[in-house]
Amino acid sequence: MSKLKISIAGGSGYTGGELLRLLMTHPQVEISQVTSERFKGKPVARLHPNLRKRSELKFSSLSELENCDVLFLCLPHKSSSKKINEFLGIAEKIIDLSGDFRLNNADDYKKWYGEEHPNEEFLGKFVYGIPELHREEMKNAKLISSAGCNATAVILGLYPLYKNKIIDIKKSVAEVKVGSSESGNESTPASHHPERAGCVRSFMPTGHRHTGEIIQELSFGEKIDFNFSATSIDMVRGVLATSHVFLNEDLDEKDIWKIYRKEYSGEPFIRIVKENDGIYRYPEPKLLAGSNYCDIGFEKDRNSNRVVVISAIDNLMKGAAGQAVQAFNIMNGFQETTSLEFTGLHPV
Amino acid sequence: MLKTECPVCGADVELNDGTVKGELLECGECGTELEVINLDPLSLAEAPKEEEDWGE
Repeated sequence: MSKLKISIAGGSGYTGGELLRLLMTHPQVEISQVTSERFKGKPVARLHPNLRKRSELKFSSLSELENCDVLFLCLPHKSSSKKINEFLGIAEKIIDLSGDFRLNNADDYKKWYGEEHPNEEFLGKFVYGIPELHREEMKNAKLISSAGCNATAVILGLYPLYKNKIIDIKKSVAEVKVGSSESGNESTPASHHPERAGCVRSFMPTGHRHTGEIIQELSFGEKIDFNFSATSIDMVRGVLATSHVFLNEDLDEKDIWKIYRKEYSGEPFIRIVKENDGIYRYPEPKLLAGSNYCDIGFEKDRNSNRVVVISAIDNLMKGAAGQAVQAFNIMNGFQETTSLEFTGLHPV
Repeated sequence: MLKTECPVCGADVELNDGTVKGELLECGECGTELEVINLDPLSLAEAPKEEEDWGE
């Protein structure tokens, strides 16, 4: 079987580096080009030192992109949407890892991104990139929009409860604690080590763009209300989402277990983590670094109808490159877990 | 093979035919340590756990 020729547009960032790491050992892939305007001509290992002696690739310019089978876009916000027609002339299949095509309509895009979409006719044409929700659509898709990292953690944690309509859809709140790699590899005063180290910084108490994705994907029939906050903590990789939802019927923990089992049994990258013994009884992002798992736990409040759902991912993996490769495998008919079987490290 | 349900998470639990009352096992789904408290009808309960302050 001949290998698929893939290219990565915007490969100097952390997500691009993670994609390279995963795809360079993918048995059905030949990496053709990786682009970076700032670093064109430089070896990719200069930016991604974990790839030393593993890749001889050098960065190209976007203008040098040649035709390929699948193009991954890891470009800054709005770059994919402005040039989408150009990219479609290069590859028939595109997986975009930016936020440009995640929302299905122009009104929602304007609400959450604060501006008009430059190519709004494409909104709704991309399959939203969480395989656990959209696997069947992905099998025939040519365009996939990878989901936001925080949104992925929240959506996967809550999807079974919303899908089964056992939640009061007007009352939910989620808080995510996130690592510094979510901010990318460009430094800012806020990312300067003396400022960033040891921080517990509430950076988006309301209005986070990922809220739009969460509402879109968890609305089954009636549109939900959703409240979302994000806090930076002293961690490089990882998202921990703690979601508070309220049952609209009297269910016990065993009922909730059954709902999660019904929706997720057989999912290769979902683990229900709810143990009453041991050190890590609920999901912990540090155990997931480098893996494509989403670990999900929950507890029903014995004094109310509240359920606390705890979900954890590696933001660069299940929240970005790993999930994109999972989608790539599905859209091309490959084994879904190819290149994604790393279990994570312990201790770490 | 005997079959029943985990009292904590509701997952199917299978036990060998030679299972005896008082036997301990772990639920493969939620990891809870379970005790066989009755054989006819087959019944499981969460095994007693040692609390951190036992013996204090």
